[in-house]
Parts: sequence; structure tokens; C-alpha cells
Amino acid sequence: MSKTLIRGAKVLGGEPQDVLIDGGTVAEVGTGLSAEGAEVVEAGGKVLLPGLVDLHTHLREPGREDSETVLTGTRAAASGGYTNVFAMANTFPVADTAGVVEQVWRLGQESGYCDVQPIGAVTVGLEGSKLAELGAMHESAAGVTVFSDDGKCVHDAVIMRRALEYVKAFGGVVAQHAQEPRLTEGAQMNEGVVSAELGLGGWPAVAEESIIARDVLLAEHVGSRVHICHLSTAGSVEIVRWAKSRGIDVTAEVTPHHLLLTDELVRSYNPVYKVNPPLRTERDVLALREALADGTIDIVATDHAPHPHEDKDCEWAAAAMGMVGLETALSVVQETMVDTGLLDWAGVADRMSFKPAQIGQATGHGRPVSAGEPANLTLVDTAYRGQVDPAGFASRSRNTPYEGRELPGRVTHTWLRGKATLVDGKLT
Amino acid sequence: MQRHLISAADLTRDDAVLILDTAEEMARVADRPIKKLPTLRGRTVVNLFFEDSTRTRISFEAAEKRLSADVINFTAKGSSVSKGESLKDTAQTLEAMGVDAVVIRHGASGAPYRLATSGWIDAHVINAGDGTHQHPTQALLDAFTMRRRLVGRDAGLGKDLDGRRVTLVGDILHSRVARSNVDLLHTLGAEVTLVAPPTLLPVGVETWPCDVSYDLDSTLTKSDAVMLLRVQRERMNAAFFPTEREYSRRYGLDGDRMAKMPDHAIVMHPGPMVRGMEITAEVADSDRCTAVEQVTNGVSIRMAVLYLLLGGNEPAVTHARTTEEK
Ligand SMILES: [Zn+2]
Repeated sequence: MSKTLIRGAKVLGGEPQDVLIDGGTVAEVGTGLSAEGAEVVEAGGKVLLPGLVDLHTHLREPGREDSETVLTGTRAAASGGYTNVFAMANTFPVADTAGVVEQVWRLGQESGYCDVQPIGAVTVGLEGSKLAELGAMHESAAGVTVFSDDGKCVHDAVIMRRALEYVKAFGGVVAQHAQEPRLTEGAQMNEGVVSAELGLGGWPAVAEESIIARDVLLAEHVGSRVHICHLSTAGSVEIVRWAKSRGIDVTAEVTPHHLLLTDELVRSYNPVYKVNPPLRTERDVLALREALADGTIDIVATDHAPHPHEDKDCEWAAAAMGMVGLETALSVVQETMVDTGLLDWAGVADRMSFKPAQIGQATGHGRPVSAGEPANLTLVDTAYRGQVDPAGFASRSRNTPYEGRELPGRVTHTWLRGKATLVDGKLT
Repeated sequence: MQRHLISAADLTRDDAVLILDTAEEMARVADRPIKKLPTLRGRTVVNLFFEDSTRTRISFEAAEKRLSADVINFTAKGSSVSKGESLKDTAQTLEAMGVDAVVIRHGASGAPYRLATSGWIDAHVINAGDGTHQHPTQALLDAFTMRRRLVGRDAGLGKDLDGRRVTLVGDILHSRVARSNVDLLHTLGAEVTLVAPPTLLPVGVETWPCDVSYDLDSTLTKSDAVMLLRVQRERMNAAFFPTEREYSRRYGLDGDRMAKMPDHAIVMHPGPMVRGMEITAEVADSDRCTAVEQVTNGVSIRMAVLYLLLGGNEPAVTHARTTEEK
């Protein structure tokens, strides 16, 4: 297999070094490495990170191939610097059996752009009442380790308890979409000053916080591991911080958009801002950034949620919830965390690669950039600034809130086990 | 004036006073044997109602016809908005027909704003009530009614409602009328107090330019106008309050309570009045209750709004008299 020499890259933001890829692995990291027999990529001070890992992606296949497919989704992932994504289970049919998760896993293998690890549903049909075949999904070729009814909350305390207990048998984790269903009936945006003015159904912070509080206590009680999806409020941060200080085995994620956008944007009634959980206030955004910096929130996950144009080009109430995120995640993290001085690039590698791989047990991903490790890498031009143009997205959908917005940073290269999937910003 | 009328909050004090003054002129047309002005001759106005409201539609229709507009009534009731395509598709159909203005009523908050800003259509958009958001012409007709009663029909011309105290009672949470009135009355200089049980007040109401109270009796003595908002009986089942009787006792307006109001104070109701829970028959039928006038005034206000949005920048008074003299 061929060799690639990445010359003068700031590995995890450090001093410029050369990185030699030989076949599927990193052969050498050092200065003045020989380029003999290798294709040379002049990094010129760009930042080299381990390939990003997304613990929360919606690939929509099977069932909603008009929004995204495993192929288009993994191409979008490679464009965004990802080498591994976890595909959420809320497909049609739901990924609640070994058969469906194996299908998604195989499509990922075939795509060649990014590894795909299916997430299995916690309950049959995401209906919240009967446990899905968690063990069978784990034992399948897909080797499912993360279970989630994402899109819906596992709201029944007994079912949640049983799921947490059951996955202990094979070291799995339950990823909870924390949303008390009764408190969010008819909810369309964050409950607060803006919802009061706009006359849109309010989605109270406590609907998220009460479930997180319950679930960390359940995890403690049964001695299991719980992961909280897309934290969106300052109160949620406080609960996770408390739980960790108490020794509870909880991890948490935040999306890029919850680090940047607030509910003030809903004043436009533009459904591009309609997302679940909803955009919150400035105070929440600042608390989330701080929590990601101090490690209370472990990882950034995109909640990449592609929707076709017609599902968003309508009035707010009728619009689908969600936004695409794979191709802009790193830029938003640079804007909100790096350029603000809250996190350095080693911190970004930790929150977007090492930790998510650990939580999801993605072996071969989230590894250090050093000799002998799999060559899953991404090269970022951090000096770049430019307007987001969704026309250039690899995702099948364009529902981004950043159209026309200037954001920093651009992924120029991605390597999956030594094979370039993205070269100079273009998919191979 | 802006191109569209989406929210009472978009109106400046001068815009609002101009509309009220223009409505006084329009009201005079109603007193004539031929209740018609040629102002909007050749212009097409569509009443696009996704939600049933015969009263509001008829009021707009009367206003449009008195201004000689061509009127198309489009009732989309029952058509599915779940896919969201109907609003956009309908808008584009209307655009193709060369419609000049769209009066839209929609169950979803923000739908008129979307229609006005999405690029789907070029016509002027007038919000005739959207979800629990806004109903600006209702607020204007309420302000018009207050100005007539509390300041005077002629004495009120050019004036706002500076220092008048208005109390709104009832389901503030789900009320577009309350939202519109708070915005407009504040712009016009009135002091507004909202009265409701805490369950029927929106989270975030503390930032609104008004006072909030849970107690009706203490606010009545210092009110120049008390506006009752309809409380739907379904709210009881959703635990917004325990029983109809309890609601009535704490927040309903009966004769005894009305007697606590200052002599000049009026009782308002946006209609339709369901006698019982929020208002007793005694109050509804008293001459202090302006519910019927509000309906009449609604036509004048809607004529004024249509005229000012579509007709031109000059006060209608000049235009109306010129055409009359011809
Ligand atoms: Zn979710």
C-alpha cells in the first residue's frame, strides 16, 4: 500500500511535525522525515487531528433515503473530518433488531468514506414500552454497544432502569434523549421570554433536567453507565456536574449548534432553527461552553439531522425538527471554543475524537497520532475564514442554519486507515 | 407604515394613531346611505382562512367591499397543514392570480410572518390572527373603541390613550388578543394589567410592558377598561384550573364586581361571548359592555388598515372627501 507524508502539520495544535502514513497505519511522527516513495501533502501549519468521531448522527437509511443515505451521510462525514459515526436508530424500520443494524453496518462498510457503527433502539419501535433485543444487536455483526431511542425519550422509569441494568452484561451504554413527554406536549421552542412573545408552545428546561436527574440516580442505583444526549440547558450541566462529583458513571454530549445559537433566532420563524432539543438562551449557551471546557460535558456530537427542503420550507409549526451538522461541526467548535480561548486543539481532539470513541467503544478510532496507530486523521486549515455555502455540502440535505454565515476553519484532508477520503476539500 | 401588518408590535405610535384617525373617517362612510368608497377599485384581496372564524372573515369582507375591492374568500379549513405544503402552495397559486393583498388567518403562530417574508408571494399580508401569537386588527379595534368611549369620538382625533388603565382578564397564555393588546396599548401610552391564574400566564410574561396580578378585585377599582378574554372549557381538563365554578368565582365578571369599577369604566369582550364562565348576562347586557360596538368598529378599522396599506400614504380623509364631492 502507498505511503503519504504529511509535512509540517501541527499535531493536535503543537509544533509542526511530519507524519508518515504507511498503508493503514501511522509509521512515524517526527521532524525532517524522508519523503522517499511517499506522496507529500504540504500541511504548512495546518492542524492535524485524529479522525473525528460522532456519537450522534442520523443517516436516515433505511426509510428516508430522500433525506440522507449511508453513502451520502458518510461522504458528509468525511467532508467534516470524521472517520467514524454512530448512526441513530430512528429509521424506518427502526433499528431495533439484529437484521436492521447489520444492514446499516454493511452499508457503512461498503461506503468506504467513514466507519459506521449502528446504534440500537432501546425499545421496540421506539415506543418506550418493551425492550428491544439488545443482546442480539450486540452479538450481531454490527456489534452494537450504544442503545438509544433518540428522537424520543425513554420516559418510563422502569424501562429505563431495566435497560441500564441489562446492557451491563455486555458493557453497553444507554444514550438518553432527555425529554419529559408530558411537559413538552405541543412544545415548539424554548419556553421563556421569546416563546411568550411569539406565541409558540414552550419547551421548558425542566423537561430535560428532570429526566437527567432521574436517570443519573437510576444509573447510580443499578451501577450502570448512562450517556446523556445533546444537553441544552445550564441546569442540565449542573445536574451532570453533581452526578460526576458523586461518582456516578455518566457522560454527556453537546451539539455544535447549542454552543452557538440562541432562541432569539426563532424570532425569524425560520424553521431552519427548529431543533430538538430547542435552542436555548445566551446564559445556557455560555454554561454549555464552560462545561465542555471543564470536562463536565465530555464530547461534542453533531445530532446531524438531515431533512428535505420541503420539510423545512413551510410554517414553523409544520416543519420538521433538526439541522445538518457534520460538515460545519469543527468550524462551529473552533468559533465557540478555540477562538474564544476555552479549549486548545488537544482539547478539541479529546472532545471530538478520543472521548466519543471511548464512550462508544469504537476501537481503531480516537487513537493518539503516533507510530503504530491506525491512520485515521484529519487536517484542518484553522486560518481559513469563509461563508458557509450549503450548495457545496455532500449531505443530501441542506437544512443548515449557517448559510451565508462566516465561520472559521476548513477541513482540507481526511484519511480513513491511510486512504484519503478528502483531498484539498474535495471528496475522493 | 410597513408593507404588511403582521404584529401590533410593528406599529409606531404615529402609525397607530393614523390608523385610528383614518378609521373615524371610515366610520362616517358607514353612516351614509351608500356605504362605499371607490378606493380599492380594481384591486383584489383574498381572505385566506386556514382556521374557522366567520366573524373575523365577515368583518374583513365588509371592509373590503366598502372599499370596492374584488374579494376572494379562500377557506382552507380541513386542508392538511401537517405536511406544511398547503400554505406555500396556496400562496403561490394566489401569486399567480395576481392578488394584491392577502388577509390570512392561521392556526400556527408565525404563519403570516412566514408568508410575508419567505418570498413565496409579493402581495401585502394582513394578519387576521395566527395561533397564539397576534391579532393586530383586533387590538386596533379595541384601542379605537377605548378612545371613542374614554376620550371621545371627535375629541380623540390625533390622540393616543396616554395614562388610561386597561385590565385584561382570562386566558392570557393562549390569547393572541392579549399579546396584541399589550403591545399596542403600551405603544399608545396606556397602562396595562394582566389578570389570570398563574397557570394561564406565559412563562416570560414578566418582560412584557405591563403589570401582572392574580387578583381581579384589587385591579377593578383602578381600571378605565376591563377586557375579558374567553376561557375555553377544555382548559379545565388540561388542569389549567380546577373547576369552572372556581374560575368563575375568582376571575369572572358579575354585577357586583362591575359595581367596583369607576363609573366611566367600560367592559370589553372580543367575542363571541359565552355567558357564564367569564361574564354574566347582567354584565354582558349592560350599557357599559362594548362588545357590539367592537364588532362595528372592527369594520372601520379594517377599512383603515386596507386603505393605508394598499391605497396610499395620505390620510383617507382627503381622499374620501374628494371622491365624495365628485
Ligand atoms: Zn435527540
